[in-house]
Amino acid sequence: MSILVYAESFEGKIKKQGKEAVAYAAAMGDATALVLGTADESELSALGKLGVSKVLHVNDERLNAQDSKAYTKAIAEVANQINAEVIVMSFNSTGKAVAPRLSARLKAGLVSGASDLPDTSDGFVVKKGSFSGKGFAFYKITTDKKIITINPNSFPVKEEEGSASVEAVSVDLADSDFGIKVVSRDLVKGGIPLPEAELVVSAGRGLKGPENWGMIEEMAEILGAATACSRPVSDVDWRPHHEHVGQTGITISPNLYIAVAISGAIQHLAGVSSSKTIVVINNDSEAPFFKHADYGIVGDAFEVVPKLNEALKKFKESNN
Amino acid sequence: MKLLVCVSKVPDTTTKINFTDNDTKFNTDGVQWIMNPTDEWYALVKAMELKEKNGGTVTVVNVGNGENDPIIRKALAIGADDAVRIDAEEKDSFYVAAQIAEFAKDKGYDLILTGKETINYNGFNVGGMLAELLDQPFVTLATSLEVEGEKATLTREIEGGEEKLEVNLPFVVSAQKGMAEARIPNMRGIMAARKKPLEVIPAADVEALTEVKSYDKPKGRGEVTLIDPENVEELVDKLHNEAKAI
Ligand SMILES: Cc1cc2nc3c(=O)[nH]c(=O)nc-3n(C[C@H](O)[C@H](O)[C@H](O)COP(=O)(O)OP(=O)(O)OC[C@H]3O[C@@H](n4cnc5c(N)ncnc54)[C@H](O)[C@@H]3O)c2cc1C
Repeated sequence: MSILVYAESFEGKIKKQGKEAVAYAAAMGDATALVLGTADESELSALGKLGVSKVLHVNDERLNAQDSKAYTKAIAEVANQINAEVIVMSFNSTGKAVAPRLSARLKAGLVSGASDLPDTSDGFVVKKGSFSGKGFAFYKITTDKKIITINPNSFPVKEEEGSASVEAVSVDLADSDFGIKVVSRDLVKGGIPLPEAELVVSAGRGLKGPENWGMIEEMAEILGAATACSRPVSDVDWRPHHEHVGQTGITISPNLYIAVAISGAIQHLAGVSSSKTIVVINNDSEAPFFKHADYGIVGDAFEVVPKLNEALKKFKESNN
Repeated sequence: MKLLVCVSKVPDTTTKINFTDNDTKFNTDGVQWIMNPTDEWYALVKAMELKEKNGGTVTVVNVGNGENDPIIRKALAIGADDAVRIDAEEKDSFYVAAQIAEFAKDKGYDLILTGKETINYNGFNVGGMLAELLDQPFVTLATSLEVEGEKATLTREIEGGEEKLEVNLPFVVSAQKGMAEARIPNMRGIMAARKKPLEVIPAADVEALTEVKSYDKPKGRGEVTLIDPENVEELVDKLHNEAKAI
């Protein structure tokens, strides 16, 4: 099975989600990685550590901005060049824009947001979350060519010895292949992007006001975690909108989700229920979130969180 | 402006999810159906705002059978001018996108709007597929959109931030929170919706690319382990040694 995996880069570096996609593809079989846009040389060959022996690089700076039309043309051409039967991408903002286009162009069945390797014992079956976290669907891809986008944090990245050969490839891209002009970019400074975070500390309306978020940010800082919030909190602008998780916000699947003063309404759970470990701190022992948590503390956040921060600090100091 | 909004029918958010026939079918017994939230609150309402500002028409399109008509009528009650239902079972996202593309290809829409994802399939697929089939630009996860003449200015979400973009019409956009404020249909809208045209057209001959073999439910987490608020050290210890999360 010939596999092409798009290793997404940003400002020259391979993104964490790009690495996860490469590790996933390498676990499936003989995979070739593809990088679009300018990238640091050392980043390219280092993809060998994730299990691919070959990296193809389309070094065209117009591809530094994600334009789904141009990306689709580039990836489809390279996939045809190497006769790829399977294309793997990340289920992130790029994969969500590009994979469906590729699917339509190549008439290749697409399963988006896969949470596991495909099962090839009877056809080609891919598991994905559905019903906003309340179910899984097992999709059989019935076409010869197949596309999978994988959920962030659903596949571990293990680096081993290895280095990949890097080959420049060219793709015929006309200006008319670019439909989008990026005027500006506004990135959250310093912090960890929430969709990529392995640890997330989140808080809800129970915190009563934006001035009380200091202790939440402190916990995130101690743990090296990203911060998130429930919908009403972002609706009243206590926290920025990109922190809002849930059915109408973003869906995350970190290793650890700590929910402080969040009730655990079904629409909130929709965005976080695939977290590996869930901790809930709430003063109401009947809060629905306790039914969906691994660990819980029934108590007042204003008392529990500062104490927990002290304990986490001590733990970090003695473990470093 | 000539605007097309794709709407889909989904089980209400709070619906209990169950499967039948040996977990191969979604159990529709007792399910309350609604218009997919992001289609309704963001794609449709944004289209209404654009029409109010720039003039034009808003058409809604749905792929499905007659049971979808109440959802389509709701879209008309919110203010769409007319509606088209492509009479077919939704087989997979490509099948749906191809049906809509077949309908839209020679109608000259300036902008096609979808919600970012449906809350049952969670695919994020139809908009991008549609854009490819129509050979148009596609902007996903858009949080704002303004149109000035032939040019649109948008904001879209990317990992850890957002980007401002410029795109020329026509194009396809998938909308999410931020785009518009949800509207509740009023009595006048509901009455008017009854008289608005809802055209039913036959499906095109299209093959699906995937099929659902079976469904499953996530394993429960089991009982929560409660920890004494006076002993937060125990939580830290469990997160480290038991859950291996820190
Ligand atoms: C269609 C739809 C879509 C939605 N989408 C989303 C979504 O994407 N994301 C989302 O989050 N919500 C969403 N919601 C809203 C959702 O239903 C809930 O209203 C929301 O999640 C509640 O947020 P909350 O838990 O922060 O606030 P509340 O419901 O007000 O709960 C606050 C919690 O804090 C606890 N608390 C209060 N004081 C303290 C204290 N001192 N210490 C400890 N605990 C305390 C309370 O016991 C309570 O459990 C949606 C709703 C609808 C109808």
